[in-house]
Amino acid sequence: MSFVSRGFHRRRSEDVDPARVPPGQYVTRDFPVLSAGPTPRTPLDRWSFSVTGEVDEPRTWTWDEFRALSNEEITRDIHCVTKWSKLDTVWRGVAIDTLLDGIETSAEHTLQVSDGGYTTNLPLEDLTGGKAWVVFEYDGEPLDPEHGGPARMLVPHLYFWKSAKWVRELRLQAVDEPGFWETNGYNNYGDPWREQRYWGD
Amino acid sequence: MTTDALRLDGNSVAGLLQEIFGTEMTTAVGTCGGCGASEPLGAVHVYRGAGVVLRCPHCANPLVKIVKSETGTWIGSTGLRTLMVASSTVD
Amino acid sequence: MAGAAVLGRLTWRVANVVDVDVETSRAKTISFDVPGWPGHRAGQHVDVRLTDEDGYQAERSYSIASAPGGTRIELTVERLDDGEVSPYLTDELRTGDRIELRGPIGGYFVWEPDEGGPVLLVGGGSGVVPLMAMIRRRDGAGSTADMRLLFSSRSWDDVIYRDELERRSGNGLTVVHTLTRTQPPGWTGYSRRIDGAMLDEVGPAPDQEPHVFVCGPTPFVEAVADALVRLGHQAHRIKTERFGPTGG
Repeated sequence: MSFVSRGFHRRRSEDVDPARVPPGQYVTRDFPVLSAGPTPRTPLDRWSFSVTGEVDEPRTWTWDEFRALSNEEITRDIHCVTKWSKLDTVWRGVAIDTLLDGIETSAEHTLQVSDGGYTTNLPLEDLTGGKAWVVFEYDGEPLDPEHGGPARMLVPHLYFWKSAKWVRELRLQAVDEPGFWETNGYNNYGDPWREQRYWGD
Repeated sequence: MTTDALRLDGNSVAGLLQEIFGTEMTTAVGTCGGCGASEPLGAVHVYRGAGVVLRCPHCANPLVKIVKSETGTWIGSTGLRTLMVASSTVD
Repeated sequence: MAGAAVLGRLTWRVANVVDVDVETSRAKTISFDVPGWPGHRAGQHVDVRLTDEDGYQAERSYSIASAPGGTRIELTVERLDDGEVSPYLTDELRTGDRIELRGPIGGYFVWEPDEGGPVLLVGGGSGVVPLMAMIRRRDGAGSTADMRLLFSSRSWDDVIYRDELERRSGNGLTVVHTLTRTQPPGWTGYSRRIDGAMLDEVGPAPDQEPHVFVCGPTPFVEAVADALVRLGHQAHRIKTERFGPTGG
């Protein structure tokens, strides 16, 4: 690197415990809005969330049914593959464990499917055991459409593209089906602590 | 299609496309594999998510996805039926 | 010359800041000398890249404001308060500094004098920058093509290039302002957001088949383009350049 712009500095993030920052990331106080497509605007009276695929009985919840499920407040750090991390983000949502409670499956893989067609794949074990939620509030307020509202997936231990915005369906599958970004260069798994951003990482 | 304040158009990735294809691409005409509409890439919608997505302005079908890493760039264009690049008039 | 400005791989060049001029309280024009500059077409832009001491880089695109001529180019930059790059360009850059840029870039959103008129330019805020390059190019080429600029700004003090636009009016160039937030005392011009009725009054009419260029924030561009199509303008004759949610 030879050229340096005199007087230019990246906005400094405040001092944080480096153990909380995965390799190659920087901490931001903003919440950048990144989107692969237009913001869907599904009205709540037409919204539903379904668990489908390799299950004995597919399940669907309307918005009211979904909101009647037990939910919890979750505080986690999130890490975007575009290199920003945001610490102590606060959400409210329904644990995937709750949504899958009582469901019988032999599936090992999942695919999240969103309004607008976005998809992302994950092993089922990365969604269970308290690792993932369908969230509907951020920072105490209903989730903004540009941040994925009315509801999005939250899987904080992986890069944030693995947490689908506007999620409508969780498909349990016997076969791993790479999703929207996994078919186009981004890593099939996406662990920020091993810096698995791209194919081959 | 309703306005999405965050979206851009192909002009915003003109430099990136020229980097990839080695020539000016905003005047290249893409035909959508979804709805069949044809538009110059300068007129298609562009979204910046984890990577860059060029979408058909008529039906929102993803035409091109671009993921750039330090070692290389992945370009997926399964949503494009064809891309037409005019012959150069200058050699 | 026009061909050389369009084809080929882009390379990063180092440009020298030769002047910084205040346009409005939020916008400045920065003049660069770019050794090896191949020339450019009105409407094209450059990508600017900043690098800090840790190697972190930020890149943004800026429309070229100046008409082609020699190795000097001008960029007019509006400061976005929460921006990462624009405050550096408007607040920090000084004559004698150097910057990395590549270009010229673009081929869709360009106008050449030999395309003639009539031409309708519709700009919102800093969206006027590439349109100003077209206006300057038209004058530089001695063209008398019918060119009309409909320019939306928040207030009279926010009008970029205000005096120069007034000087250049006439000889086939018409400039119409709309001030959407506040107007000076005695203002008799438009004082609302651009809509179909305003576009209809400013013209040219659809049956004159004007080349139309619309530039500014995304909601502005899309509202104007939709209104033009509803008036009967052909969609393929309307070229748009979106600057994002709040502008470039």
